[in-house]
Amino acid sequence: MGNSNKTYDVVVIGAGHNGLTNAAFLAKSGLDVLVLEKNDYIGGATVSRELEPGWFYSNCSYVCSLFRPEIYQALDLGRHGLEIVPLQGSVTFSQSGDYFGSYHHSEIRRREIARHSQRDADASIRFDADLMKWCRLIRGMLLRTPPDPTSFKPRDFMEFAFLLKKFHELSEDQIYQFIRFFTMSIAEYLEEYFENDLLLAHFSGGSIIGTGLGVYSPGTAYVLLHHAMGDVDGNVGSWGFARGGMGAVSGALASAFQAHGGEIRSGAEVAEINVSGRTATGVTLASGEVIKAKKVVSNLDAQRTFLKVMNEKDVPPDVLTRARNFKIRGSSGKLNIALDGMPKFPTLPEGSPLTLGHMHFTDTLERLERAYDDWKEDRWSADPYTDTLIPSQYDPTVAPPGKHMMSVFVQYCPVEAEGGWTPEKKDAFGKTVIDQINDYSPGFKDMIVHAEVRTPKELEEEVGLTGGNIFQGELTLDQLLFNRPFPGYAQYRGPVRNMYMCSSSNHPGGGVMGAPGANAAREILRDLKRTDTTPEDFGDD
Amino acid sequence: MTKNLSAIVIGGGHNGLVCATYLASSGVKTTLLEARETLGGGLSKQTLRDGTAVPGLIQTHHSLNDKIARELKLQSTPCEPLPTTLLSTSGEHITLMGDKVSGAGVSARDISEYRAFREEYLSYGKALKSLMLNTPPRLKHFDWSDKTVFAKLGLDLRFGLGKAGLNEFLRVAGMNLFDVLEERFSSELLKGGIAADALFGNHAGPKTPTTVLPMLMRLFQETGSTASRQVAQVDNLAGQLAEAAKSAGVEIKTSTTVHSVVMDNDKPTGVMLENGDILNADIIVSNADAKTTFLKLVGARNLDGMFTHRVTKTRTNGDVAKFFATFDATPKFTNLSQNASSGRFLVAPTLMYVERAFNHCKYGEFSEAPVLDIHLTTLDNGKSLLSANAMFAPYNLKQGWEAGRAAFEDKILDILSLYAPGIASQVACRELWSPTDIEKSFHIEGGHWHHGEMAIDQSFMMRPVPGAGQYGTPVPGLYLCGAAAHPGGDITGLPGRNAAKQILADLKGRR
Repeated sequence: MGNSNKTYDVVVIGAGHNGLTNAAFLAKSGLDVLVLEKNDYIGGATVSRELEPGWFYSNCSYVCSLFRPEIYQALDLGRHGLEIVPLQGSVTFSQSGDYFGSYHHSEIRRREIARHSQRDADASIRFDADLMKWCRLIRGMLLRTPPDPTSFKPRDFMEFAFLLKKFHELSEDQIYQFIRFFTMSIAEYLEEYFENDLLLAHFSGGSIIGTGLGVYSPGTAYVLLHHAMGDVDGNVGSWGFARGGMGAVSGALASAFQAHGGEIRSGAEVAEINVSGRTATGVTLASGEVIKAKKVVSNLDAQRTFLKVMNEKDVPPDVLTRARNFKIRGSSGKLNIALDGMPKFPTLPEGSPLTLGHMHFTDTLERLERAYDDWKEDRWSADPYTDTLIPSQYDPTVAPPGKHMMSVFVQYCPVEAEGGWTPEKKDAFGKTVIDQINDYSPGFKDMIVHAEVRTPKELEEEVGLTGGNIFQGELTLDQLLFNRPFPGYAQYRGPVRNMYMCSSSNHPGGGVMGAPGANAAREILRDLKRTDTTPEDFGDD
Repeated sequence: MTKNLSAIVIGGGHNGLVCATYLASSGVKTTLLEARETLGGGLSKQTLRDGTAVPGLIQTHHSLNDKIARELKLQSTPCEPLPTTLLSTSGEHITLMGDKVSGAGVSARDISEYRAFREEYLSYGKALKSLMLNTPPRLKHFDWSDKTVFAKLGLDLRFGLGKAGLNEFLRVAGMNLFDVLEERFSSELLKGGIAADALFGNHAGPKTPTTVLPMLMRLFQETGSTASRQVAQVDNLAGQLAEAAKSAGVEIKTSTTVHSVVMDNDKPTGVMLENGDILNADIIVSNADAKTTFLKLVGARNLDGMFTHRVTKTRTNGDVAKFFATFDATPKFTNLSQNASSGRFLVAPTLMYVERAFNHCKYGEFSEAPVLDIHLTTLDNGKSLLSANAMFAPYNLKQGWEAGRAAFEDKILDILSLYAPGIASQVACRELWSPTDIEKSFHIEGGHWHHGEMAIDQSFMMRPVPGAGQYGTPVPGLYLCGAAAHPGGDITGLPGRNAAKQILADLKGRR
């Protein structure tokens, strides 16, 4: 280690799940790859951390649904210890003392919808069918490099032809409906199907997770897909827990990488990407050590990549402007709570399976939208939307026997709380969330052994996500597909030769998906004219 | 080829007049039916309770596209360009005139950036020309004209804008105004003003994604001619259009309300009036909004269930109220020269001011601090008239407009008082038209300025709904020619013109 004369084939900056995915495919093809990680632990935002003895928090990302099964299979992650446990159902509690449970079993689910509205139960058949159609269409685009709409290269033409063909398989009316789905707000999209307030609130929640948008913001209907297109064991739309917490995902990826001869150095922060004659030559660490490499891959978000580790003189001025204008505002907070026992939710019938899934406590579109209005003013939501899970019910490895671990994802939480975060404000934010849960689970507060409160600021400082944005860049139309991270740079290549980008700032974006890492690996192998080790899309059925 | 064919145009708004004129000019025997006493819809003059004559719903507009003015042989009276003043409580107002910004508080960088910004966005507007001046192409079963439109659009975008221009266009097209303006300007007042101007008539705030679209639509109007680069006071556009229609041979009947479209075996044969009379025609063209046309005039029983469902779900609730106040003496605005006290003024001091004003209307409340588009004129009797578009004032006000009317008038006057101290006590007479009033008196469902939200999912080939996006409708022989059709609202005449072209092409094909 640290042999300064050695030149690696590739050095990857950042051991998040995309960096590891990228490195694993490159190592698999026989390249000599080094992954550098600034923290003492690997995984980036895909980690399990023992902050209270006995409890393992997935303290950033918390469920595993988007991770591409193609990657799981190609890297044989099962053999490297990754086990994903499907998680079932979800529930929204209403203020009137009722609840809506979305069960995994479609017939039971429909009966539950009918309990609230028979018309909505009928509409749900149409809704599910439509959503599945869009899921399949989008899923086929995940493991592909977006075409450049301004280019005349045959490759870009071919890629456009591929996309057009996909569309041509739809009927004319379906094409219009797809465009509308892509550009509508989740609330307005759902209102075309449903009428019941509780149902509308329940189904719209997933569309605002991680975004700087509200349920009435155009473009949020698409985000629903982002949270619905994952699959576990071939079940599209299922979510799952990684056994042992999210750290198990990065652990398996690292193990696969190392099995192919890869090398990981943690505690090694990169200060700069070295460039000579418009060609990347390696990196300089914060310690001053220089590491030489034929190719440099950045798994940092677009702003950190272009504005921090690259020297300003190596980046064209218009690209610097684009990087500065990249939208990467954080909007989510999180509470990780160690519990003395299993909290009770008296609203639910005795023995209900609904505590096993996602729990939400906001029952109208208006409450959801008002939560967003707070964020626009740099305040955390006074009445937040939360995605609450208790994974210890499935996975005994994350909490001591008889105890439980709760993960509360909170929307919205500002990057700077009106003039900056202070410990007092952080406590007040945590209290807001805990009080909300306590309203539905009497005695909940007294069960808390330890609670970790995380704001976008911690995500930025610890993990390195600029602005604490969980998707490494907002998922709005102007930052999707060939616009991600910005026009002209959507094909994973950086502004200098031999430099690449593999983070979620690139297509197809955030979530623990692995696709940007795999896509970038494919481009690198292509440039090196080596055999492609990255998987193709499974295709449907 | 179109001889011996007859058409009925329902509604004498400006698009109805434009469409009827084109049809009649091509030899179609055209009858135009208008429910009101006057022609021009929102452009027609109105009278307030105290007898004051006011310009009506629309106070300023860009002049019509050169093409339409030429084709209809309008006597284009050069209209007086109107500067827009963005009001500031500090008295450091900003004036916009064409590409120029002036004002004490504006930096040199903002001034040059404004020019560059206008140039850039006008070039996007120009690149969209073939889409705006034609029937929106269908997205699968292309015919020859669809292909031509696509090809022209593609070429204009790629070569008209260039590689860098196209890249930037594809990025900003999906953005919100807030981020676009934050990227470019430093003056809060300037940003607030640009955003407010673009948003009027829409249910959206600056932070609403895709709000660059309504700005592009509005800027497109400016690419039509040199005169249209300025906002102008409404002169007698309605009268000119009516004259053009008459001289083309359109038979015009005012105070004639259509009750329904008469159907015979899924084909319209004419219309039935409120008084029971039936008028027959080969073609029926509706200048009314989509909900009125399909749900009231045609009726759900004559339509496919899914189509009716989609029409029902279009977003057509207006958010702009119209406020009038008369004064015995000209009201004084702080730090405005006497000369400037007739003109156009915007109250939208910051982007967040506009956004906060919008917040309320999402919940059925009116804005605590509304955004105002003010127009001051001196009346013939020496009195002064202030007319203002005030947003946001939701159609579905929770407390109801009968209960809320006076309170919203007070809010408007409270805000005006910040810029013209003492103005509230000088009001001689005041009147507010809520979106519900506008719905009733102008026969627009929801009282929406543009006959429906100008959002991507309700634009182009999807306006008003897929299946009726090419002016033709699922009812063969029934067409749309109003703002409910592509390219939508404002005073452009484009839906009327494009619809007429489509109708004539269809008739030609039929013969």
